[in-house]
Amino acid sequence: MQTVRRVSLAVVRKDLRIEWSSKVLLNQVAPFSLVIMIMFAFALDNEGILQRVAPGLVWLATLFSMLVIVQRSFAVETADGALDALRVAGTEPLGIFIGKSLALMVQLLALELMLLAIALVLYAVEPTAMGYAETFATMLIATIGLGFVGTLYGGLGAGARGRETLLPLLLLPAVAPVLIGATRATEAAFGSGGAQSSEGWPWIGLLAVFAGVFGAVGALAFGPMIEE
Amino acid sequence: METVVELSGVVAVLSNFPALAGIDLVVHRGEIVLLHGPNGAGKTSVLRVCAGLLPIERGEGSVMGVNLRTHRESVREQVGLLGHSNGLYLELTVTQNVSFWASTVGATAQEVALAMQRMKIDGRLAHVKASQLSAGQRRRCALASLIVRRASLWLLDEPHAGLDTAGQDELDAILQSAVSSGATVVLASHETQRSRLLATRIVKVDGGLISGSES
Amino acid sequence: MTTTQSTATPTTQKLGIATVVALIFLVLSGLIFSAEDVVQGSTVRMMYVHVPSIWVAYLAFGLTALCSAVYVSNRSRSLIWDRFAGASAEIGVLFVAISLVTGSLWGRLTWGTFWVWDARLTSTAFLFITYIGYLAVRRLGGTFSQRARRSAIMALLAVLEIPLVHFSVNLWRTLHQKASIADPNAKVQLDGFMLFTLFWGLISFSMLFAWLLIHRQRLMALEDAVQDQGLDRAIQERRTEAGR
Repeated sequence: MQTVRRVSLAVVRKDLRIEWSSKVLLNQVAPFSLVIMIMFAFALDNEGILQRVAPGLVWLATLFSMLVIVQRSFAVETADGALDALRVAGTEPLGIFIGKSLALMVQLLALELMLLAIALVLYAVEPTAMGYAETFATMLIATIGLGFVGTLYGGLGAGARGRETLLPLLLLPAVAPVLIGATRATEAAFGSGGAQSSEGWPWIGLLAVFAGVFGAVGALAFGPMIEE
Repeated sequence: METVVELSGVVAVLSNFPALAGIDLVVHRGEIVLLHGPNGAGKTSVLRVCAGLLPIERGEGSVMGVNLRTHRESVREQVGLLGHSNGLYLELTVTQNVSFWASTVGATAQEVALAMQRMKIDGRLAHVKASQLSAGQRRRCALASLIVRRASLWLLDEPHAGLDTAGQDELDAILQSAVSSGATVVLASHETQRSRLLATRIVKVDGGLISGSES
Repeated sequence: MTTTQSTATPTTQKLGIATVVALIFLVLSGLIFSAEDVVQGSTVRMMYVHVPSIWVAYLAFGLTALCSAVYVSNRSRSLIWDRFAGASAEIGVLFVAISLVTGSLWGRLTWGTFWVWDARLTSTAFLFITYIGYLAVRRLGGTFSQRARRSAIMALLAVLEIPLVHFSVNLWRTLHQKASIADPNAKVQLDGFMLFTLFWGLISFSMLFAWLLIHRQRLMALEDAVQDQGLDRAIQERRTEAGR
């Protein structure tokens, strides 16, 4: 337990430090998701519709950006064989899993807050105070689940060359429940399409289940996944 | 004398090619074993098998009593591998890199400072990002990380490559002192002359097989 | 020198013949003997292919999960479990595809649309994609035991994901959909013989599944053996290169 905690902290700090130092999230991923949000507007070409589907668009943009962030998270490990070194050192895989998941969650959360702000501006969404509370709750819980499942599948992709392209195919179906749940909860929070604020909470419950399941599974399966 | 590595008839495969075609190797505690041979002979693969990174296809192997066939992941707690790559995080500074490795094993800041001092990467270099280091400096950073991890079995792949003479001397001294504190070293090297002086035993690797041994 | 080795044995040959007979009977029952539906007319006959297909798919994926669990828990790690898991998944994907296509055609004939976003269809599409992913992971290479372990974990992950997706999609559609008219299956009145034909469909498709599974697993074993032989040759070559 001591070791796991120690390793997790070391890994979280290391990942966030790397992000702080290289600012990839800020300089590349954030603009990328902004572009996605704008392209949605080009494609959908109707302010009423945009407002109505804003929650879905926010979460879609999050998921697509997550692919990039996860790949980056593991590219950092494989660039100079650091993951190899971690494996050889017998560094507690559970610790690595928790550490990388936490770092991923932090980055995703930052991104989602930005996307929320963009949606408020671009798509003319106006939630109530309760709506904001619901939105933040949704973001927090959905992100926990995304952090776990992204790290798990990212680990599989990092194992050897030529595997990174599998990530979208494996990850996106797996996060479908999050897309459905988070979007419905956010719709309830925004009041889109007449949704009631109270309708969102069951969906948040689903997100919590998802987070719990993938937290447990990831803890068990991550070690074997990063094997060559 | 305690056996640290025991490989018998080991076949290891890289993309359907038998990198190792039947290796028999025994290494005892406190030895410095040099693996010597041409490119493509399989030296790196032997090291990776011992590190538990490369699975054994045929034959049997154990490192520090752990069966490589069934438990190759748990081999690793006391093993340090310095491969062709350095295992560095390129966006982090030298200090941050070594400290990361230290924090995974609970080593203190003093140990970090000491390791960096021995590899001459303290001072100005300490705050330079790994991506901006020369190849030799990166090597030294990787070695410092190994020192800080207090490995019992050191597996080194061309460790002298990229180091200047002073660096190579320092490395030899470090290996000697590691061995005298109870570690074991297996290294693959082209630097024949220097390595021969360092090694307690020389093993010739060729075509995926051991073809000779001398002390 | 070529050796031809067949994956057939007397048992599978008997099974094969029985399957063919059962299927012939199914075709006759389905197309001729059974009655038309009051509402749908002859298009209801699609049901005799569509429903057994999805049934076999679930059977197949269940087997994949089971074999994967056995492989992971079994200390001796016999690869035959992995091969059965993989063969089963392949057949499962095939039958999901068949069920999606037949369901789509059925919907088109009955209700005029090829696809609707109802819970069941959506979940089924997801099932399909998830196991395509599983098959992709199987092809990543490495030693047989690496492949087996990776695939086993993926299969168990799929077992977790499928219910999660299914539940989410269900919740999603029930909250939105007024009347689920999308499943042509829902409103069919089955008389005695139609019900019997449907069950016969389940039985004969299951026999087909078993036959395909046994052959595919054996084929996999042969493929793996060929790879092993290739390795033996490669080892020999490497040794002679080194001069011994």
